[in-house]
Parts: sequence; structure tokens; C-alpha cells
Amino acid sequence: MRPAVSVAFAVAALFATAARADDINVKIGVLSDMSSLYADISGPGSVVAAKMAVQDFNPAAHGMKVDVVSADHQNKPDVGSNIARQWYDVDHVDAIVDVPTSSVALAVADVTREKNKVFLISGAATSDLTGPKCSPNNVHWTYDTWMLANGTGKALVKTGGDTWFFITADYAFGHALERDTTNVVQANGGKVLGSVNVPLNTPDFSSYLLQAQASKAKIIGLANAGGDTINAIKQGAEFGITAGGQHFAGLLVFISDVEALGLKTAQGLVLTSTWYWDMNDANRAWAKRWQAERPGKFPTMVVAGVYSSVLHYLKAVAALKSAADGKAVVDKMKAMPTDDPLFGKGTVRVDGTVTHPAYLFEVKKPEESKYPGDDFKLRATIPADEAFRPLKDDNCPLVTSN
Amino acid sequence: MFQIFGIPSQALFGQLLLGLINGSFYALLSLGLAVIFGMLNIINFTHGAQYMMGAFAAYLLLQHLGINYWAALVIVPIIVGLTGIIVERLFLQQLQKLDPLYGLLLTFGLALIIEGLFRNYYGSSGLPYGVPDALQGGRNLGFMFLPNYRAWVIGFSLVICFATWFAIERTRLGSYLRAATENPTLVRAFGINVPRMVMLTYGFGVALAALAGVMAAPIYNVSPQMGSDIIIVVFAVVVIGGMGSIMGAIITGFTLGIVEGLTKVFFPEASNTVIFAIMIVVLLVRPAGLFGRGA
Repeated sequence: MRPAVSVAFAVAALFATAARADDINVKIGVLSDMSSLYADISGPGSVVAAKMAVQDFNPAAHGMKVDVVSADHQNKPDVGSNIARQWYDVDHVDAIVDVPTSSVALAVADVTREKNKVFLISGAATSDLTGPKCSPNNVHWTYDTWMLANGTGKALVKTGGDTWFFITADYAFGHALERDTTNVVQANGGKVLGSVNVPLNTPDFSSYLLQAQASKAKIIGLANAGGDTINAIKQGAEFGITAGGQHFAGLLVFISDVEALGLKTAQGLVLTSTWYWDMNDANRAWAKRWQAERPGKFPTMVVAGVYSSVLHYLKAVAALKSAADGKAVVDKMKAMPTDDPLFGKGTVRVDGTVTHPAYLFEVKKPEESKYPGDDFKLRATIPADEAFRPLKDDNCPLVTSN
Repeated sequence: MFQIFGIPSQALFGQLLLGLINGSFYALLSLGLAVIFGMLNIINFTHGAQYMMGAFAAYLLLQHLGINYWAALVIVPIIVGLTGIIVERLFLQQLQKLDPLYGLLLTFGLALIIEGLFRNYYGSSGLPYGVPDALQGGRNLGFMFLPNYRAWVIGFSLVICFATWFAIERTRLGSYLRAATENPTLVRAFGINVPRMVMLTYGFGVALAALAGVMAAPIYNVSPQMGSDIIIVVFAVVVIGGMGSIMGAIITGFTLGIVEGLTKVFFPEASNTVIFAIMIVVLLVRPAGLFGRGA
């Protein structure tokens, strides 16, 4: 009896190890701003979203084992690229996801390409990531500066906002957003009267607001994000910008910014977003699950993009049965149509852009808001084929070589 | 309308005034730092966090207890000042006989802990706090639109700065304080409770930071990192003014606000570095700072 039992154990053990060796191990790194001005836009919320995607994908059913790690890049490109190198070289990370702050994302994209891994971009905005600096290892999921400019910029010029003054965050993202919006404004017959470059994380905008006021432009375009946008709008209300007939265009406004401003200050603001938690039942259900980990907060489009991009990535890895070759995985992601509960059906284009509809929202008045987080009303839907930059305008080497 | 350096005079006057308003925050914060350094010889790195606590306390009082801005101006400095006293009793007192570096490390660590705790509970995007009803709106000065609230900030902080300077440099209590820093043993021999005085001084310096926080809440985003955004600049202000000099802190605070304001017109990209450039020059020429009493 005894020998039989131990043989049985040995065989069982053998099978167990064999099964484990067959598992495809995948490690996903969420690289984000965990502690500063963009932390509520993505940060810890993105980590939660990535873990939810892994859970919903159910790796065990595909013979896979997926780990999620995370780190804080502090909005510094050098810190970000160092972490990326360490993850790829030492910690066997296969894909980096999110990375708000365009300057950091551009640095991480270079490292990812060099190491032939995968970069799933959700938090970063610059359209250069799928334009002149595009890479066969990038997938840009959620939004970009072209799409924001096209949404908000076009809508405002068409409703009479034909003169603009920009208050621009002085780094890659701000410059890209100003450039893309300027193009849209001019293409639609508007004029840009001036702009001012403001250092990131500036507490006081009054000086810049005064310059904007003096320009007499109808629209003051805020080519910034997070805490900078909040400070600019809050102080703009104080300096009577809107009362004086000028209007703010928040070119990148997240629901977390609106919550921080309060509807009283933010009402009437027009913004473009690709995802809103209160749009349909699927989004609401997902937001509720997410809120179990992030009580009192509302998921932004960036967080939703992290979820969907991780899900699609895992599907591609499962189809290939390997995560080793980053470019091959991205090619597979491009070959498979996207389909998930949050962004619906779409495609990953050859330049890495993921196409889906974008929405023009207006921030509700306080009396229109029925419950917490009931902040936006839909003004228009921009269909997927119009929402993103046409491939021919990309200047992306991948497009011309195909 | 005439022009100065190619900038319309109107815009220039407006920027000067705005610089003065920002300067009042620098002055209030560096004043507290100067008081603490002058009396306790401690470089209080927690100052930014205490400023942030002031703004949060104002928000929490309004949100949960319905206490308005005016009451918060009085209550918040007392509450946050008390937390400062607890910190002094628990930690700083133990470090008194050690190198000031220990105090710096301790307060820096505390600042990180406090900021982390607030971020954990309230997130990083900030909380809304409106301008009090009585100070809504503003007036047109001809060269710029001046919000009433900003006018109030400038006036009130001038009063506070002057009152603090007067209390320390011109009253009997102030003279005890100054004597106690020069020679604590001798002052104790006269029957004055020096440790208690030191404790209250720290509490007062912290209360000044909290007061600045309440005043900042309606105009700046109330977020956990608001303190670390401003504190580095304030330290530069203190260094330029001369460590421990009360008048130096006030004058430098307002002046550097103006310098920064002008930079925002002529070369906005450099507006967050200009103060440090000045600091380097001052340290090279006058290492003790503009108003310092010599090293």
C-alpha cells in the first residue's frame, strides 16, 4: 500500500510541475503618477483597473499566470525610463500600461521599443506617440491631443468662439495640445491671438489669466491638466473671466477635476472624453466594482482605458500563447478587433491608435445634478472614424511603410 | 496708455499688484518659519504640511460643521497650532540639545507622513472651497480687475505681519523671547518658564502657517500637495531674507512675490526658477541673507 501511495504522490507532483511549466507567465507593470497632480486621474485607480481586467480575463482558464506590479514615476522622464529598464531587464515585465505625463510616456516608448516589449498607453495624451514618434510596440488606447482638439476645439469655433488665447503647460503634452488645437481652430476659420507657457504645477495663475484677459480673446484654451486646470478655472472665476464674456475651454478635463472644482465653478464647461461612468449600465456596473476599491471616487476615462487595453492585450497573448515578442503581440492586437464592455467594438490601427467614438460633454449646473458624480450631459457624439487623426496626417513611419 | 519695456503700463501695474498678493502668502509663511527658526533654532520643514492642514481644516469645518470662512480664520489656527504644540512636546523638545539637522530631518519626515495621510484619505485632485459671500466679486481699478478677496488677502496679511513683528521686536513678551534664545539659562534664573515659551512660540509659528492655509483655500486648489508646491519657494525666501530675521522675512516675501510676478510677464517659463536664481546670487554676495545678522 505504502509504495503505491508514494508513487501516486510522485506522479501527481510531476503533473503539477508540468502544468505549471506550461503556464504562460505574463507580468504587467502599471507605471503612473501615484502621488502628485495626476494621481487621481490614473495612479492607484489604474492599478485597480488593471487588476480587474486580469480578474475578468480569468488567466487560469487560458493556461496563463498574470501578475500586476506598479510604480510611481513622479512625472519625471528619467525616473520613468529607469523604472521601465529595471522592469524589462530584471523583473521580467512584459508590458507597461498607463503612464500619464507625455514626456515620461515618450521616454518609456523608446525603452519599450528597444527591448521589444509592449506599451499600452492610456494616461498619456500627446498625439506624437502615434504620429512622428510612433512605434510598432505602442498601443494608444484612450485619447490623444488631436482628438481632444478636434472635439472641444471644433465645437467651440463652430459656436462662435473664433479667437483663442492659450495657457499652456510647459512640457511635451501642453505643447502638443496647443499645436493640435491651433490647427483645428485655424482650419475652422478661427484665429489664435497669443499664448503663454506656464511651468507644470503652478499654484497661482492670476498673472496668466490677466494676460489672457488683456488679449480679449473669446476663448481661453487651457492646454494643461489635473491640478493646473483646476487652479486656472478656480482663479478664472475669481477674476471674473466668464463674467467678462470670455470662456474657458478645458481641453483636457477629467471627472476628478470637475469634482475638485465643484459644479458651481465648473458648470457650463465643455469637454471631450471617450468614456463616462454614467453613460450606460455596463459602465455604471463597472464603476461600482471599481469604487469598491476606491470609495468616494469616480473612474476617469484613463482608468477605463487601462482596463480595456489590458484585457485586449491578454487576449492577444492568449492567442499567440506567448508574451515574449512585444512586436508580435502588438501585431496580434492590431489584427484582432477590440471588443470589451467599456469601449465597445473598435480596431487598433497600424499606427497604434485605438479608434472608438468620442463624446462632447457639458458640465451640469448644480441644480441639474441628481446624485454624486452626476456631472456631465452629452452634447454630441463624434463617431469613431472622425474622432481620431486620419492616418494620412499621422507622419508615422509605420503608416508609410505599410 | 504708455509702455514700459514694451509692456503696456496697465498690464505691468496689474502684475505688480498680483505679485504683491502672492508675496503676502510668501511673507506669512516665511514669517512663521523665521519666528520658529529665530526662537527655536529649528528649520521647520513641516511648515508646508501645516499650511495644507490649515486649508483642509477650513474645508472640513465648512463641510461637516457648517463653520464659515470667518470663523475658520480664528478656529483653524488654534486647532492646527495645538497640533504643533503636541509635536513640539513629543518630539522637538527631545532634540533641543542636538544639532539642528536632527530637527530638520524630523520635521521633513513628519511633513511626508502628514501629506501621505491626507492623500490617502482625500486623494490628490483636491477639494472645492468657495470665496466667502461677503468678498465675492471685485472692482475695476482701471488697470486691472481686482477681486475683493485678493484685496482682503493683501490687507489682512500686512496687518498680521506687522502685528507679529511688533509683538516680537517691541513688546516685553517679545524681549523675553529674544532673551531666552540668547541665553536660556540666565532667563530661567529670572524665573521665566523658557520651555513653555518655546512651546508656545512653535505653536504660534504653526498657527501662522495654518492661517495662511485658510486664506489660500478659496483661491488655490485645496489638495494634499499644495504645501510642498509652495514651501520650497518659501524656504528660498527665508534664505534670501536671512534666517531668523522677522522683518527680513516680511520684506523679502513681498519683494520676491513682485519679482516673480514680473517674470510671469517677461519670461513666464522661468517664473518658478527666478527665485532660486536670486537665492544663489544672494548666497554668493551675502551668505547670511539680505537682512541676516551675520553668520
